[in-house]
Amino acid sequence: MVLSIRNVTKTYPGQDPTSAVLRGVSLELAAGRTLALTGESGSGKSTLLHLAGALDLFDTGEITVAGTALSSLSDRERAALRRTKVSLVFQQFNLIPSLSVERNVALHAQLGERWDPKWGAEVMDRLGLADLRSRFPDQLSGGQQQRVAIARALALRPTLLLADEPTGNLDESSSAKVMALMLELVRDSGTALFLVTHSRSIASMLDQQLHLHHGRIE
Amino acid sequence: MNARSWLIAACFLLPMPFAAEAQGYAGLGSRAEGFAIPRPNTPLKFPEDHGPHSDFRIEWWYLTANLQSADGTKYGVQWTLFRSALAPGNEDGWQNPQIWMGHVAATSRDRHLFAERIARGGTGQAGVTAQPFAAWIDDWQMQAQSDGIADLKLAAQTSDFHYNLNLKAEGPLVLHGADGYSVKSDLGQASYYYSQPDYQVQGTLSLGDGPVKVSGSAWLDREWSSQPLAADQSGWDWFSLSLDSGDRLMGFVLRGENGNFSSGTWIGADGTVSALAPGAFRAEPLETTLVAGREIPTRWSLVLEERDLSVEVQALNPQSWMGTQFSYWEGPVEVSGSHSGQGYLEMTGYE
Amino acid sequence: MIRAAFLALLSHWLRHPLQLVTLAVGLALATGLWSAVQAINSEARASYKQAEEQLAGLAGARLGPMEGSISLEQFARLRRAGWQVTPVLTGNVNFGDQAFDIMGIDLLGHPLSAALITEQGAPDLTALTPPGLLFAHPDTAARLTLLPDSPPLRAVEDVPRDLLIADLSLAGRLLNQSHQISYMQLLPTQRSGLQPLAELVPELRLDASGDAADTARLTESFHLNLTAFGLLSFAVGLFIVQGGIALSLEQRRAMLRTLRGLGLSLRLIVLLIAAELMAIGILSALLGLAGGYLVAAALLPDVSATLSGLYGAQIERGLELRPSWVLSGLGMALAGVFVAGAQTLYEVSRMPLLAAPASQARGQHVRRSYRLLAIAGVALLMLGAVILLVSEGLLGGFAFLSALMLGAALLLPQLITLLLSLAQRFTRGPFAGWLLADTRAQLPGMSLALMALLLALAANIGVTTMVSSFRLTFTAWLDQRLAAELYVTVRNDHQGAALQDWLAARDIPALPVRRADLRYEGLPLRVYGVVDHATYRDHWPLLDAKSDAWDRMFRHGAAMINEQMARRHGLKPGDDVALQSGWRAEVVGIYSDFGNPDAQAIVALPTLLAQIPGVPNRQFGLRVPEEEILPVSKAIRDAFDLPADAITDQRTIKMRSLAIFERTFVITAALNLLTLGVAGFAMLSSLLTLWAQRLPQLAPVWAMGLTRRQLAATELLRSLLLAAMTALLALPLGLALAWALLAVINVAAFGWKLPMYLFPADWLQLFLLALLAAALSAALPTWRLSRLDPADLLKVFANER
Repeated sequence: MVLSIRNVTKTYPGQDPTSAVLRGVSLELAAGRTLALTGESGSGKSTLLHLAGALDLFDTGEITVAGTALSSLSDRERAALRRTKVSLVFQQFNLIPSLSVERNVALHAQLGERWDPKWGAEVMDRLGLADLRSRFPDQLSGGQQQRVAIARALALRPTLLLADEPTGNLDESSSAKVMALMLELVRDSGTALFLVTHSRSIASMLDQQLHLHHGRIE
Repeated sequence: MNARSWLIAACFLLPMPFAAEAQGYAGLGSRAEGFAIPRPNTPLKFPEDHGPHSDFRIEWWYLTANLQSADGTKYGVQWTLFRSALAPGNEDGWQNPQIWMGHVAATSRDRHLFAERIARGGTGQAGVTAQPFAAWIDDWQMQAQSDGIADLKLAAQTSDFHYNLNLKAEGPLVLHGADGYSVKSDLGQASYYYSQPDYQVQGTLSLGDGPVKVSGSAWLDREWSSQPLAADQSGWDWFSLSLDSGDRLMGFVLRGENGNFSSGTWIGADGTVSALAPGAFRAEPLETTLVAGREIPTRWSLVLEERDLSVEVQALNPQSWMGTQFSYWEGPVEVSGSHSGQGYLEMTGYE
Repeated sequence: MIRAAFLALLSHWLRHPLQLVTLAVGLALATGLWSAVQAINSEARASYKQAEEQLAGLAGARLGPMEGSISLEQFARLRRAGWQVTPVLTGNVNFGDQAFDIMGIDLLGHPLSAALITEQGAPDLTALTPPGLLFAHPDTAARLTLLPDSPPLRAVEDVPRDLLIADLSLAGRLLNQSHQISYMQLLPTQRSGLQPLAELVPELRLDASGDAADTARLTESFHLNLTAFGLLSFAVGLFIVQGGIALSLEQRRAMLRTLRGLGLSLRLIVLLIAAELMAIGILSALLGLAGGYLVAAALLPDVSATLSGLYGAQIERGLELRPSWVLSGLGMALAGVFVAGAQTLYEVSRMPLLAAPASQARGQHVRRSYRLLAIAGVALLMLGAVILLVSEGLLGGFAFLSALMLGAALLLPQLITLLLSLAQRFTRGPFAGWLLADTRAQLPGMSLALMALLLALAANIGVTTMVSSFRLTFTAWLDQRLAAELYVTVRNDHQGAALQDWLAARDIPALPVRRADLRYEGLPLRVYGVVDHATYRDHWPLLDAKSDAWDRMFRHGAAMINEQMARRHGLKPGDDVALQSGWRAEVVGIYSDFGNPDAQAIVALPTLLAQIPGVPNRQFGLRVPEEEILPVSKAIRDAFDLPADAITDQRTIKMRSLAIFERTFVITAALNLLTLGVAGFAMLSSLLTLWAQRLPQLAPVWAMGLTRRQLAATELLRSLLLAAMTALLALPLGLALAWALLAVINVAAFGWKLPMYLFPADWLQLFLLALLAAALSAALPTWRLSRLDPADLLKVFANER
């Protein structure tokens, strides 16, 4: 299993333990598979994604990413995991405004010391970024920016790709186009995808769907 | 040229161009214009003659002591006050032409510490009074505790050593040469010269590692003149020895280009004093030591046939170098051979 | 990995080059001014040191008499107690018509004697015996014309200029003082266990330092002044740097989160930012050092003019690149970067990985922090007041100044906030209301720059007020002290008497200037004897006097003393003062006497002559009508065969004195302007840095119907508003600073207090200058705003999160 979440609970500091964000969530994701997690705002789906990305800490249970149990990792080891095995795509793109498209795409792979220019060029090419490579983020449209973010995530060839409403800022048509491109690339690179969305239609494009309600999988 | 050479010259030169002629050691062999000259058959008068003779160009109060601590460690102590006049006269104030120079030293087998002070006359910073007797420069002093010089307190302190000694004379003053008129060359150069060779000493001495109680004997030399050396004489070797037999010997060799001149005084254990005829006292160096960059004889063979004396004299500390403005070797010695004993050796003019 | 991360961080600067330039230039300015001041200081100090070495044994601790001279007995007492002291006899000798200071030393014991013979050949004993030998600097020797009966002279480089050195014997003969000692110098090595001087010679006074050290003490205040200025500009520069660094972080906050999301550890990010700061620091420091060198090289001539004018200290050298100030500049730059960046680094290290939306809370936070700053400011001001009350002297004065300035700066944001809310209460109309509210919202980004501006403006007001007050007082004083139109110096007393007769025959009033140099409580005291003439009664610059002061002085032997003497010894009119043993005089007046570090007194001439017979009579002030000045001076010159410089007219003296004065404060003015420039730059850089945050705030207003031109005008207006408020608040601070400089620092440094004058015209000028600086710094953002593409404003709505 690339991702295995077992009985995880999470309460935010200062929060009443009875109203925990996650109350014993378990799920599994195999290599190369895609999984969509849906739920209303505040259902805890983003939190679960952050936990899977080793961005945040959980209270109990265990999360295993590519064979590594997260609960026992130090801050530095968690950073190393993000650098080399896990990629994230967010609703807000999170590009570096001062880097060109090309440099943005290469950045994560370079940080993980896994940059392959040929693969990078292919990813950019297939996402239609070839002509935009020397532009800066503020010169791009929202759809273009999200494609840069996806290219950056996949240029790493991550074991696990985590996506949080990747098309949330896009209109419907570009949203479908971007999703299709991402899924195609995910399949070709053998990456497992864990996607969080509130959109049933997007969720349906993936192999498997789960629904989160009040911190529990339903 | 440095300050040092200035001072050498200042203390021991006449006011005339420096390199005009061969001057002899520290300028002692120069002419004596305007100054009084020693004359034979001038009886010394005491206590007056304990005091300074401003009309003569040079004069000294020269005390050396061989001392011993309770555990037998041997020490030597020197206390010397020189007077040198740029011109005759001794008025008060800045016009006074007298220059005073003090040397003190303390010697053990492995250490030799010394210091020097210079003062101009006319201020009271340095001087000598005859009655009551006192000689001083700065905080170094030799002071009579009663009339004459038979009972002295001697003190000197420097940043690295100090001593405080009480001296009591056991015997009378000794007049050298002819009743104190001591000839220094075949050409007739002479000085007035008397000694108190027989002080018993008690006191404390510190060579920087705490005071030590010491006792022993001391020898005071008094000499004044205006021109003690002949022009060709470059230095001297001077011995003052106290022998275990109770006899004492003062002997000196003045080294000159035209041959050496030696003389001295024998003081019998019974107090009889006899001047030695020129040449009677012989001294031969046996061994030299490298001291301050020069070869200095530190083991001597002395012979005085008329007294059946044939001894070896060995420096207690061969490095007893007085690195003062004008430098010389001065230190305690041990005597062995036909006689045994101890004493002091002074050697000047070694370049 | 590190390379990629570092490049990503640095890419920010490539996209925001102006930000980098302001940051680097701010730091370079700070470092530059600081190191310029340090360079000047170290150059001056090296110069003093050289002079001190030249004077070899002249410096060092001395024992001097309370009055008169030291006796031989006192000297011998000290030597016989083991103290290593060497006597010195000083005085004034004439060779023909030239007078020289002579110093008699013991050539056998004085440290200086080594230098006297170093360059000579064989030792020459003629120096110790008649006729003796004089030593003089070659320049002095060239001026000295020897008479047949004067002693031979030898030129020696190591003798200070304008001084003759001789053995005590010769000096004693020339001064006819063969039993006196002027002072004794303590030699450097003394053995331990000596009896204390206070027990041995209670009647003598120990001066811990001699002449050269005096120079150091006097000039120290000047250098302290310079250093304070250097620190001030450094602090102002740091405000810029702090703002720049904080902004660069603010703008990279999202980037840092992303980088952490991409797997960079927090530790590495903090290290990388530190490395980045270090790189910027080194770069800017090098820039600043180069600039500092140029500034120092440009200012050094004026500094040396100041020092020689004020204190007689000479700097005879060009500027050298000294490791001391180069390293101190580098160190200050790096330390400054880290002080300025510490908060940033701390924030980064505490930054949560996931952004917490808390923008609303920020306003609360800002308001609370202003209150805390204000409390700290008030505390500092109170601390300053306490320092002023309990401490005396220069350091206390400067501590007070620092507390005052820093405290006021900390108070500024709160005060401006108060002013703005006060204004809000009284304004009507939506536009003005929005403008004030928006200005208030801008305050956090601007407050550092405004603090810098406040400090610079206050320093400007303070220093200008001090200098102008000083100048006003000084000119008035010159007019009073130099009342006579012509000043004549003749060769000797004989000629002096002849001149008096000559003048009397022509009915020209002559005021003899006769003086004696004494000692009061061991320190130099110069006593002038003056004749009863209206010139004195009308013009003398009295600060405090008894009602019948002049009559008491001329009829009853009373004395007037200068302010320095009164302050130093706590004397006031009505007190009795012992000018010399057996000469007590009532103090009836205190007068100001600028530019003189020593004590001075005036008495009636007959009083002086009765106490000290044979006071030289060689200087005269002549009252002649304006048109007679030239003919009279020519007639005197011809009649007495005097050299051209023996007769000076009052106007020339005044001109020279004022010229010295002006040069003295050239540096201050230059540094003042530079500091203001730095503050202006701080405004510019913070406005530029605020630019990016402005659009989201302006776009809605634009959408509501304000034109871009109006927006631009608002932008300008706001800058002017903030600068004007800061300038208003700077005025009282500046006046407090001026007061401290005049009444605290001056008294401690020079011994005289100056009256404070106000120069409202200068304030207006400075106020306008501050507005100009604000307008200039707002010009670029304003221009940008007026030319803004509406699409950019629209983007705000399109892209808003």
